[in-house]
Amino acid sequence: MMVAVDVVAQGLLLACPVLLAALGELLTERVGVLNIGVEGTMLFGAFAAAVLAASSGDAMIGLVGALAAGVACGLLFAGLAVQLGADQVIVGAALNLLALGITGALYRVLAVGSAGVALLPAIPRPSPEWLGPTVASLHVLVWAALLLVAVLGFVFARTGVGRRLRALGEHPQAVATLGVSVRRWRVAAVVVGSALGGLAGGTLVLGTAGSFVEGVTAGRGFVALAAVVFGRWSAVGVLAGTLVFGLASALQFRLQARDLGVAWQLFLILPYLATLVALLAARGRGAAPAALGRPYRSG
Amino acid sequence: MKGHRIVWSVVAALVALLVAVGFAALAAVLAGSDPTATAFALVSGSVGSSESLGAMVLVLIPLLLTGVGVAFAFRSGVLNIGAEGQFLMGALAASAAGVLVPAFSGQVVLVLVAGAVAGGLWATIAGLYRLVRGVNEVITTILLNFIALYLVSWAVHGPLQEVARSYPQSDPLPASARLGPLLEGGLVHAGLPIALVVTLGVGVVLSRTAPGLRLRAAGQNAAAARLAGFPVRRDLLGAFAVSGALAGLAGAIEIAGLTGRLYERIGSGYGFTAIAVAFLAGLEIPGVVFAAIFFATLSTGAQAMERVAGVPSVLAVAAQGATLIVVALLGGLRLLWAETEEPSA
Repeated sequence: MMVAVDVVAQGLLLACPVLLAALGELLTERVGVLNIGVEGTMLFGAFAAAVLAASSGDAMIGLVGALAAGVACGLLFAGLAVQLGADQVIVGAALNLLALGITGALYRVLAVGSAGVALLPAIPRPSPEWLGPTVASLHVLVWAALLLVAVLGFVFARTGVGRRLRALGEHPQAVATLGVSVRRWRVAAVVVGSALGGLAGGTLVLGTAGSFVEGVTAGRGFVALAAVVFGRWSAVGVLAGTLVFGLASALQFRLQARDLGVAWQLFLILPYLATLVALLAARGRGAAPAALGRPYRSG
Repeated sequence: MKGHRIVWSVVAALVALLVAVGFAALAAVLAGSDPTATAFALVSGSVGSSESLGAMVLVLIPLLLTGVGVAFAFRSGVLNIGAEGQFLMGALAASAAGVLVPAFSGQVVLVLVAGAVAGGLWATIAGLYRLVRGVNEVITTILLNFIALYLVSWAVHGPLQEVARSYPQSDPLPASARLGPLLEGGLVHAGLPIALVVTLGVGVVLSRTAPGLRLRAAGQNAAAARLAGFPVRRDLLGAFAVSGALAGLAGAIEIAGLTGRLYERIGSGYGFTAIAVAFLAGLEIPGVVFAAIFFATLSTGAQAMERVAGVPSVLAVAAQGATLIVVALLGGLRLLWAETEEPSA
């Protein structure tokens, strides 16, 4: 029993950055925009968080920096892909390459001559001790991310704003006839979604990894994209998708530690393979926003 | 129209080059080295001598093939982001065919075919996901990249590891499984003519044959192609397979021509650079040749910059991203101008 609780808690901790990024991507895709630059956004967020947290000694300042980096990425993406109507896949791919190149170069330059961006303050953990050491190891953003699942689920299902957001992804022309600016709403959703992506990167280095290294995100942004498809564009579904990844990661660590005589590289495949297998059950197109990936042009 | 596209690509390349040089200068200053020496290293290290030119061509070969693969996919309406994984699976299968099969003369043909088939099959998985489950290939090709990465890592620690077991790498391929040098004693191997011939072949197929026409039509408007009675689903799966096979062949040539053995992180990043190559070329196959030369030069120059001036070579990746941003920006502006011009016409 305790082992199961441990695995679930560890899975939640590992899933948290992916969950935050995936919720941001969910919001983005719900309004009809496909941002495959989540990985790059997370990486910029992770780097900003590492630098600011290391220099200030305060994890919260690092997280604010991660949010700001996410907003900057969102503005760049939305400016090109929403305002100008540029190809969303190209802009997303560009963001990923930019992030890898810029954070990689800055990391190498900054790490020269100093202690580097190694020892980072950790995100506070409010969980009471009597719940056991593993549950108590969950930091505040794990709880915030779970709360966000409920909030987003409620907003999409029950509120006028939620209905409008969904309509933007299903039939933007219809929304435009109501006198609503499609582009402005899409920009707003993309920027908020990217802010969550940046925060996800910050959460990764300050809450899970504990340090920044080049390419620290290691594909988690891409797993977030998959989780949105797996979750059929619902907040609860996204939570389930990221938990598959988190639990597979947690199991992978345990199996590695056991030394079952199987090469550990095969365990590294587990989270990605699990996501791919889970997509077998996805039947993606039925639930996908109808206008997903298509730039909106007025007139 | 076509002439315009070339002008746009040249503009994009120039702006991207400026951005790259700007990044490099900034990094040089941050790293405390001399910007002039850095710029000199960038040029001399890529095209300044016959050795550096040879090194550039060695990067060009995989970029050309993966770039053609990505351009071919996108022209056919296949958003293949997985050239990296297809390259790795090609390299893996090629190494297996070279190391595990007893040597025989002409083995290199088997090695190259194994690589192309493995890359093609790897991409076909994503194709099946799209056709059967409706899952966007952007996501599946990306996931398959990671699985391929760890499969290679597992192979060089496990079944393909050298007999001596000291390093995570395979034993060297026998001479019968290798591509020889193009010139006696030269760096450049026979992969260059293969890559050029394949590029030419793909260009001809895409622009001059019935399947090419069908693929381009489906890429522009799948619904119209379906109404025209084209076998859109079959063609689509073919486009996945061919684009994957091109990246897989690139991986096989990397093994048979350059490294001679498999190791972790082989050709790391070519599949992602290929996206920048394809889009800088405006998805036109002849343009891919120039775009691949551009990025190969930039990447070899960046490595020289790192050696000489201590500027991180990973900046070349940032330059690829900047290029794509410029391409997207120019593409967006073109749409905007087309919109504003239309009413008066």
